[in-house]
Amino acid sequence: MTTIKSEPQSVLILGAGSDIAFACAGLWAKEGKHILLAGRNTSELDRRAADLKVRYQASVSVHLFDARKFDSHETFYQSLPYRPDIVLCAFGYLGDQAKACHDFEEALNIMESNYTGAVSILNIVAADMIQRKSGGIIGISSVAGERGRMSNYHYGSAKAGFTAYLSGLRNRLAHEGLRVMTVKPGFVRTRMTEGLPLPAPLTATAEKAGKDIVQAWKKKKDVLYTLWMWKWVMWIIRNIPEFVFKKLKL
Amino acid sequence: MIQKIGNWGNYPVMDCDVEEYSPSVIHSNVPQIPRGMGRSYGDASLGAKVVSMLRLNCMLDFNPETGVLWAESGVTLSEILEVFVPRGFFLPVTPGTRFVSLGGAVAADVHGKNHHKEGSFCDHVEYIDLQVEDGRILRCSRIENAEWFDLTRGGMGLTGIILRVALRLKKIETSWIKQINIKVRNFEELCSLFEAHQGSTYSVAWVDCLAKGKKAGRGIFMIGEHASLSEIRQEGITQPFTSLKKKGLSIPFFLPEIILNNFTIRVFNFLYYHKQLKRKRVFLTPYEPYFYPLDSIFHWNRVYGKRGFVQYQFVLPFEGGAEAMQDILETIARRGFASFLTVLKTFGPQEGLLAFPMEGYTLALDFPVSPELFPFLTELDQKVQQAGGRIYLAKDARMSPEVFASTYGEKLSTFQKILARLLPGKSFQSALSQRLQLIQS
Repeated sequence: MTTIKSEPQSVLILGAGSDIAFACAGLWAKEGKHILLAGRNTSELDRRAADLKVRYQASVSVHLFDARKFDSHETFYQSLPYRPDIVLCAFGYLGDQAKACHDFEEALNIMESNYTGAVSILNIVAADMIQRKSGGIIGISSVAGERGRMSNYHYGSAKAGFTAYLSGLRNRLAHEGLRVMTVKPGFVRTRMTEGLPLPAPLTATAEKAGKDIVQAWKKKKDVLYTLWMWKWVMWIIRNIPEFVFKKLKL
Repeated sequence: MIQKIGNWGNYPVMDCDVEEYSPSVIHSNVPQIPRGMGRSYGDASLGAKVVSMLRLNCMLDFNPETGVLWAESGVTLSEILEVFVPRGFFLPVTPGTRFVSLGGAVAADVHGKNHHKEGSFCDHVEYIDLQVEDGRILRCSRIENAEWFDLTRGGMGLTGIILRVALRLKKIETSWIKQINIKVRNFEELCSLFEAHQGSTYSVAWVDCLAKGKKAGRGIFMIGEHASLSEIRQEGITQPFTSLKKKGLSIPFFLPEIILNNFTIRVFNFLYYHKQLKRKRVFLTPYEPYFYPLDSIFHWNRVYGKRGFVQYQFVLPFEGGAEAMQDILETIARRGFASFLTVLKTFGPQEGLLAFPMEGYTLALDFPVSPELFPFLTELDQKVQQAGGRIYLAKDARMSPEVFASTYGEKLSTFQKILARLLPGKSFQSALSQRLQLIQS
């Protein structure tokens, strides 16, 4: 622990290959924060790190992180050059619902990438932040976690678990004076949704989602829906009686 | 995904299978064409299969000593300005819109108001990374893979996929432009001003295309220089670098075709010409309205209505060019084909096998699409051809293969020969290359 330097204003982005995460990274880099990009594909992250350095003259480093390799998480976190002030947990995997129904490997991948992996790393992060008495956590969950639907209930159930985890963590850390923000993006035009026909008025760009997240964190929000109308869309979806809901093709 | 797309002129619009770039896209079994921002006017970045390069949008390295920026081809010129103007660097060459990609700027070897003095875009490109049809990525410069470099600059995307570009930016003291506007009464006066101001970095003229007879070619001649620190201080300006305006007007939908007609354009031209009362006006202006007057109105192309518009830009050699230009201007005015924006400038010499610029006068016109327009443009083609000129591919949507072959001449044959040797698979084809029979079977 003693080898870790404590610097103000650093952000660790887990799953920095995601488009939303990268949009956030750009905004924070512009503010002069140190950026730690972590993910599986480090050559892709190197490319993005270079971009942040050229555009914002930011200090950026790249770290190998695999959400599904739970055993590696402790070492990963201890070997970071800074203790992050903000941790953005942005990794996730939409997966293939049809495949997951009969191939448990795919189902497990979805569960570990969206839930178990996040619990593993955020437990480590939370313990450190409690000890330091500083830091904050942002978790990118999904509106899909609010009610299981036939089209993606493996993904949805894993995100539901993650949403519940974040809410519990927020409750716990609130007593320590630390913050946790849950982000529930609706449709966002990213690589994860490439090729899907999404309704334009409900679909945000990754840049818009990133801007919303960075602003909401400043405004000390607990839960953020992006775009904002998803809050009301989901309110309706949650309140459809089950005997009706089960017959819908959603 | 099959999408109906058009370029900036909204003519033509066609069904294209659009895919985002990934390294494996090269192994497609149908010919493809890379596409950036879709700001060419005609059919240059349309085709059966279109590869969008916009995801390749990282800036990879910048050397403040040399000013060389190494960036991916989907980065736009606007992003470059946003990042580097505050640090005292400017684009060495810029077209009339900043919403073009680096890859597109190389593929069309675009020019700006400083061509007569500083050449085209690719004259400031040090090297590029090009993915060729067998999947290899080649570093191409004037020294390394020089043949590929020659073919790719201005090669309209037909040689491969431009992945990264090293562009040498220009050092500036301020982002202000010292502009001089001179009102001119006719074409003769305009020509003598271009000649007298050859030394100016930037020069361009707006022409009232509907003025006839003695007034034909009347307009406003505009020259510009990057203002120095002391020049802006004299005017009481303390901020050397202005930032780009993010928000502007937007045309939210296609306007009815009727809006731009002979009468409204005549009124606009009258007002624009008489707005400046004095013969000569000298003033300082931020770079944005000087270089990108139309970029402040997003989707300005929708003003022309759903049918779209055609840009017609040609160049005529100096020798005999002035007379031919005057003849063309008079023909346009007489026949009443009103062009909303008519811009004249001069070019210097230009390298490149498919290069559009040559030493001479260039005129850019835009006409709303109408059934009568096409036969009329064919008539203009004849005049351009006779005067030894040629038409700009990045703006063309309708030229015939015969006119193209005869006006691009010998250099075109050389281009075609080398292309056939380097790309036996003919993997890159666009609607433009097919229309002009650019790639020989």
